[in-house]
Amino acid sequence: MSTVEKPSYKVIGTRPIRHDGVDKVTGRAKYGADIRLTGMLWAAMLRSPHAHAKITRLDTSKAKALPGVRAVVTSKDFPDQGDRLVELGEGSVNMKHLAANVLAHDKVLYHGHAIAAVAADSIHIAQQAVELIEIEYEVLPPVQDALSAMKPESPVLNTDVRTKGYVAGGPGSADQPTNVASRIYFEQGDIKKGFADAAVVVEREFHTATVHQGYIEPHNATVLWNADGKVTVWMSTQGTFTARQQTAELLRIPVSDVKVVPMEIGGGFGGKISVYLPPVAAMLSKLSGRPVQLVMDRAAVLLATGPTPGSYIRVKVGTDKSGRIIAADAYLAYEAGAYPGSPIGPGCMCIFSCYDIPNARVEGYDVCVNKPRTNAYRAPGSTNAAFAMETVLDEIAKQLKLDPAEIRLLNAAKEGTRRVDGPKYSRIGMAETVEAIRDSAHYQSPLPGPNRGRGIATGFWFNVGLKSSVTATLNLDGKVSLLEGSTDIGGTRTSIAMQFAETLGIPCEDVHPSVVDTDSIGYTDVTGGSRTTFSTGIAAVNAANDIKQQLIERAAIHWQTTPDKVQYIDGGVTCSDGQRLTFKELAAELHELGGPVIGQGTSGKEAQGGAFGTHCVDVEVDPETGKVQILRYTAAQDCGTAIHPSYVEGQIQGGAVQGIGWALNEEFWYDPKGLLRNATFLDYRMPTCYDVPMIDAIIVEVPDPSHPYGVRGVGEVPICPPPAAIANAIANAVGVQMTTLPMSPPKIMAELLKQKK
Amino acid sequence: MRDFDYVAPTSLQQAVELLAKPAGQARPLAGGTDLIDHVRNGRLSPDVLVDIKKIPELNLLEAGPNGLRLGAAVNCATIAAHQAVQAQYTALVDSCQIIGGVQIQSRASVGGNMCNSGPAADSTPSVIALGGRCVITGAQGTREVAAEDFCTGPGKNVLKPGELLVELRFPAPAPHTGSHYRRFIPRNEMDIAVVGIGVSVTLDDTLKIITAARIALGAVGPTPILATAAAQALIGQPATDETYQKAVPLAREVATPINDMRGTKDYRIHLVGVLLVRSLQAAVARAKGECPNYKPGH
Ligand SMILES: Cc1cc2nc3c(=O)[nH]c(=O)nc-3n(C[C@H](O)[C@H](O)[C@H](O)COP(=O)(O)OP(=O)(O)OC[C@H]3O[C@@H](n4cnc5c(N)ncnc54)[C@H](O)[C@@H]3O)c2cc1C
Repeated sequence: MSTVEKPSYKVIGTRPIRHDGVDKVTGRAKYGADIRLTGMLWAAMLRSPHAHAKITRLDTSKAKALPGVRAVVTSKDFPDQGDRLVELGEGSVNMKHLAANVLAHDKVLYHGHAIAAVAADSIHIAQQAVELIEIEYEVLPPVQDALSAMKPESPVLNTDVRTKGYVAGGPGSADQPTNVASRIYFEQGDIKKGFADAAVVVEREFHTATVHQGYIEPHNATVLWNADGKVTVWMSTQGTFTARQQTAELLRIPVSDVKVVPMEIGGGFGGKISVYLPPVAAMLSKLSGRPVQLVMDRAAVLLATGPTPGSYIRVKVGTDKSGRIIAADAYLAYEAGAYPGSPIGPGCMCIFSCYDIPNARVEGYDVCVNKPRTNAYRAPGSTNAAFAMETVLDEIAKQLKLDPAEIRLLNAAKEGTRRVDGPKYSRIGMAETVEAIRDSAHYQSPLPGPNRGRGIATGFWFNVGLKSSVTATLNLDGKVSLLEGSTDIGGTRTSIAMQFAETLGIPCEDVHPSVVDTDSIGYTDVTGGSRTTFSTGIAAVNAANDIKQQLIERAAIHWQTTPDKVQYIDGGVTCSDGQRLTFKELAAELHELGGPVIGQGTSGKEAQGGAFGTHCVDVEVDPETGKVQILRYTAAQDCGTAIHPSYVEGQIQGGAVQGIGWALNEEFWYDPKGLLRNATFLDYRMPTCYDVPMIDAIIVEVPDPSHPYGVRGVGEVPICPPPAAIANAIANAVGVQMTTLPMSPPKIMAELLKQKK
Repeated sequence: MRDFDYVAPTSLQQAVELLAKPAGQARPLAGGTDLIDHVRNGRLSPDVLVDIKKIPELNLLEAGPNGLRLGAAVNCATIAAHQAVQAQYTALVDSCQIIGGVQIQSRASVGGNMCNSGPAADSTPSVIALGGRCVITGAQGTREVAAEDFCTGPGKNVLKPGELLVELRFPAPAPHTGSHYRRFIPRNEMDIAVVGIGVSVTLDDTLKIITAARIALGAVGPTPILATAAAQALIGQPATDETYQKAVPLAREVATPINDMRGTKDYRIHLVGVLLVRSLQAAVARAKGECPNYKPGH
């Protein structure tokens, strides 16, 4: 569904086979754990068995003495970070906290917190040596949810944390150690008056669980600290340049002494931006003089990486009789995990972002708790917020007997709407996605049968721009080697090659993309923020235009004329006298016409416009067990321009499935001692193919004016609506309005039993 | 993980000798789908794994007028594909078809499932409901134990160090008998039972009255539980939902579940009732010769 007459593209909008397809389906693709280097050692880590404890004794001498052990490291082997903040691409990071997360200093702050590492001749020796490390703890009481951690009597995790953004009257204090790391506050209009004028007001409290990205490939790093002081890291990462910088900063060596080589990546979803292993493997390599490989197992991944925060949210919304929202108020407390840095900021900015609300207030808190330090996860913070806002809005629609699609259309944000946090939207497609769902065969179909219900919900994500680099070398056979720094998670090698090919008017198959290491390409920010197809795409378009310009000059030499007489049209050059050379013909002549042609392009100034999605789901609830089956699922999303529609659909489907996981069963389950008891894929229940129907994707195209082809990022939005849409469908099916995630069978059953009483 | 040796004896005698080592040092290996994981994560650290899959007695699968003899190492896929098992010991097929996926079923044995003695093991309630007996051999000789007495706690059973479960023996079912196992799991696959129930029911010739019944509950106590009183309440009663409802409180009474990441105590007790009724409905339908539809995991 397109909102504008689309230019007639040759490559964009087609579905070529991905360049990395053969390697992936034949198992030849090389992942980080596949690396084997001569003389390589294997490493294992000691992790905390406690949620909160002081380390009172740590003695590694017995581990060091075990035959076959080549090096043992603890935080003492690393340079002191002092008190400094470092800008790491997607925001600034407190280096002391980052270092203490990589290897604990004097305190462990969560179950699974890394403490020490051993490198040995075999993985079995390394694991045995870990058991020989002598350690004693003074166990401290844990605190694991935001509201408890905000109370004055709560144990405090970090003595150096003070409340940023604190104002008098709020919790915490500006000069006392606290778990409240920051406070966020936005306000527009007059909410008092808004609520006073409202005909309907609904206020609800919500709790959402800590959930993990669940990437299939565990974190890994293989590092060689060479005798010349140069460090090479082979790893799975969403961003080689941020991995390089974090590693260099943690080791306090110059960034240029570190080279990060990206291996194929088995999923990241935001969780493979922060580094855990490279500095540790690097130090083990330095001490042993050998390359060292460190790979997490699944338990370590779940215990100590990711996750995205559990949260407490309170939302109050008031509308007039017609359903127009006139006031909205939200309070959000997100669990940062062990160190500050939950996505409370985006959570606060997203909660009312889909609607045009004249009077609104949002207050948010970032709160440290004894859980792993949270990290980005697909539209960080937005899914929690959407669950709250979108279910409250549905309750209001019900009270006013309004169709859920209509109340959303009535209030939809559009070009010029000001968000409560300040910015005004440029051209966006919020209403268009609701219309796409309202008009879909799914929404129009009847849903017969008992205990069945339908729900819809909308979600938003900003999408970022940031910086990328691309270089392209023209070969004599008329094909192009395209080098990029964006690690390819969702098919971006192809979607970037397609934009490059479109610009030059050549087939996509003639472009050979490679993701290369940090010494081989210009600075490129992470594959995250739904930015790669947008921003690295712009860099590729710029590189293609650079090549165009050079080819015009070469053609001018060939025709013995001046460049202004030559035009690049339709995959070739045309002289004002009518002569023409195709791209291939000109490429074959390059060596006679002045030598190699290399194009380059960067991006960085462009800001994305933001994207919306609306989902519709049918469920059936087993009234005796509370188990939910998803019967049908349709997701509509504004993707600006779909470069490769299959990958757009893939992102929409993948995001929806992850959101379904949040909705139904995924949660970190901690026991009263604060220990994570479900650090396996058996008990951390992500949906399987038996739990999810085919997700129908409706691609809505409202081009983003800030991209040459109108691209909007698609990766993150689709995780936002599912929990709310499913909660709304459950309410429609059996009449209970769930306010807690996950909406697992025991929780739904408890509500159903309450309802019967 | 500790390195270990591997031996594959071809006779029961050899196996018993190899296993006669001090406790923990030698460990029988059937499919290895539990054992290898336990060795890998350090829960067990044997010096030698004794593969029991090449021993004839442990590979037996024979059904006849005297009942069923099931070697402890026979894998689930083989059991589920066996015609006589399908016809007469259907609960066992239900169990064998939900333990893991195709790969796991092609390795995992019912013997291993019992010996691993997990409270939520999916075959044990079926073995109990079908009146199975465990034949155990060791250096001290051979003995038999009723299936309901085999497990003694989570991961614990009556096997003494060096003893081997050789086979499971089941009586031939009376005419008009049907059996069923079902579990509740939050997802539809790849999950561990929140509650599992195995039942076996015999009807009279009119197919209306229950004349015999056995009920076994899984995942609601430290071991699978034979719910005798609940089964007793069915006998002599018409095979109707009202009758099944009478058994519900009696089954709930013997359940002693805990709160954990797989479910709450209250929820599990609630589910015992729901699953009991559903499994009795299916078993009775089978006793009548019908082929009831059922969704695993519900
Ligand atoms: C992916 C996956 C999914 C699974 N799904 C399920 C499921 O849905 N339901 C379920 O119940 N289980 C499940 N399991 C667990 C496991 O597959 C079963 O318990 C299986 O039946 C074990 O049988 P095995 O032959 O592999 O036993 P093994 O792993 O070989 O042995 C299990 C234990 O019993 C001992 N042992 C084995 N045979 C004997 C014997 N004859 N005498 C004495 N001791 C013996 C072993 O030493 C070991 O301690 C799953 C496992 C995996 C890996």
